[in-house]
Amino acid sequence: MHVLTANWHTYWEGFVGTIELTAVSSALALLLGVLIAGFRVSPVPGLRAFGTVWVTLLRNTPLTLLFFIVVLGLPRFGISLPFFTFAVLALSCYTSAFICEALRSGINTVPLGQGEAARSLGMTFGQTLSLVVLPQAARSVIGPIGSLLIALAKNSAIAGSFSVTELLGSYRTINELGYSIIWTFVWIAVGYLVITLAISAVFNLLERRLAVAR
Amino acid sequence: MTTAPFTPLIQLSGVNKHYGALHVLQDIDLTVGRGEVVVVIGPSGSGKSTLCRAINRLESIESGTITIDGQPLPAEGRGLARLRAEVGMVFQSFNLFAHKTVLQNVTLAQVKVRGRSRAEAEAKGRSLLERVGLVEHADKYPAQLSGGQQQRVAIARALAMEPKALLFDEPTSALDPEMITEVLDVMRGLAADGMTMVVVTHEMGFARSAANRVVFMADGRIVEDRAPEEFFANPRSERAKDFLSKILHH
Repeated sequence: MHVLTANWHTYWEGFVGTIELTAVSSALALLLGVLIAGFRVSPVPGLRAFGTVWVTLLRNTPLTLLFFIVVLGLPRFGISLPFFTFAVLALSCYTSAFICEALRSGINTVPLGQGEAARSLGMTFGQTLSLVVLPQAARSVIGPIGSLLIALAKNSAIAGSFSVTELLGSYRTINELGYSIIWTFVWIAVGYLVITLAISAVFNLLERRLAVAR
Repeated sequence: MTTAPFTPLIQLSGVNKHYGALHVLQDIDLTVGRGEVVVVIGPSGSGKSTLCRAINRLESIESGTITIDGQPLPAEGRGLARLRAEVGMVFQSFNLFAHKTVLQNVTLAQVKVRGRSRAEAEAKGRSLLERVGLVEHADKYPAQLSGGQQQRVAIARALAMEPKALLFDEPTSALDPEMITEVLDVMRGLAADGMTMVVVTHEMGFARSAANRVVFMADGRIVEDRAPEEFFANPRSERAKDFLSKILHH
């Protein structure tokens, strides 16, 4: 216990860092995921191709490699941003590919007739997707997307190796002060557990709220 | 039945479509006048549903032209969406929006496509639900209604857009026998009010009583296109005679 109380400040900074990283990256990943999923089911061949390339590249690249590409690659093109922003970019682009695919499988569970009815009433592609198809797809993908955001929270630990303050990285400071390595990690694990359990609680709630009669 | 002069509203000319090797629509020429009720009948696989769906481009066509009220049907995009708003469609499987209440089903497109205010859309929606006898179910979800009730809501949803014409793609084929009447009654009412309708159906009683013309399709072609009393009493083609002998004697 005293490892935690003695290093409360270090732990707290890391904990908050991980929460910030997770929250901002989740929001961006969801946004991008919905957009790319829209691309992948759109009637425009160019957009579909872009979506396919996006998913194929990002889903099949190791996340650490993606961090290297962003952190070392972008400055070469004169783009230098804070490390936090780089980390958000890497995490959210990576996760968006998985969210896109989860959404797409959800879209495929919505009967074709729903989209046809919307189109026959004069709705555009965007309206059909956002008003009729996605709200129904959401119900079947809430669970998988919760899992993806939990994975994102844990993946954010990689950012610690790229000069971003986050929970896992706090072990270095504490370890240098000579505290027990085992207890250092036990408290870090508890920190992650708090974050991931909070995410699953939110998604359980969402799942129950969205499961109305049909 | 119609006394008004014949003005064409829906015109198909030289329409062709294949499903792989199957030539499902072969040189289709069909004109539907304003206020006319045209019933399309024929054996399954004859292309009648495809024809109906091609009129608002839920099915694309390979050659030929389709015009609605003089305007050619655009291939994609906003122009197509605008034209579709003018042509209502009622499906065999109802296709009510499962995540919306009955009232939301009849107001959604009014607000989002027609740009009406919520209050205006709800007033119109309720009066149409009243017309199809379902206003007391306004706050239920589609799954809580019977098939016949769902189909009546679907008709109200299509009417809410104030379309120039309504397409019915086998509207009673998924219904239990005792629910067919309630849907056909609503459709007869629309026909009597002068709505332009294209109805793909197996309900010969409806064809006899409400149609101005019966179009008989077989193997992707229009084989006969005549007044119902002539068609049923005295079909010209062997194909139609054969079809009628199979469906009218059981």
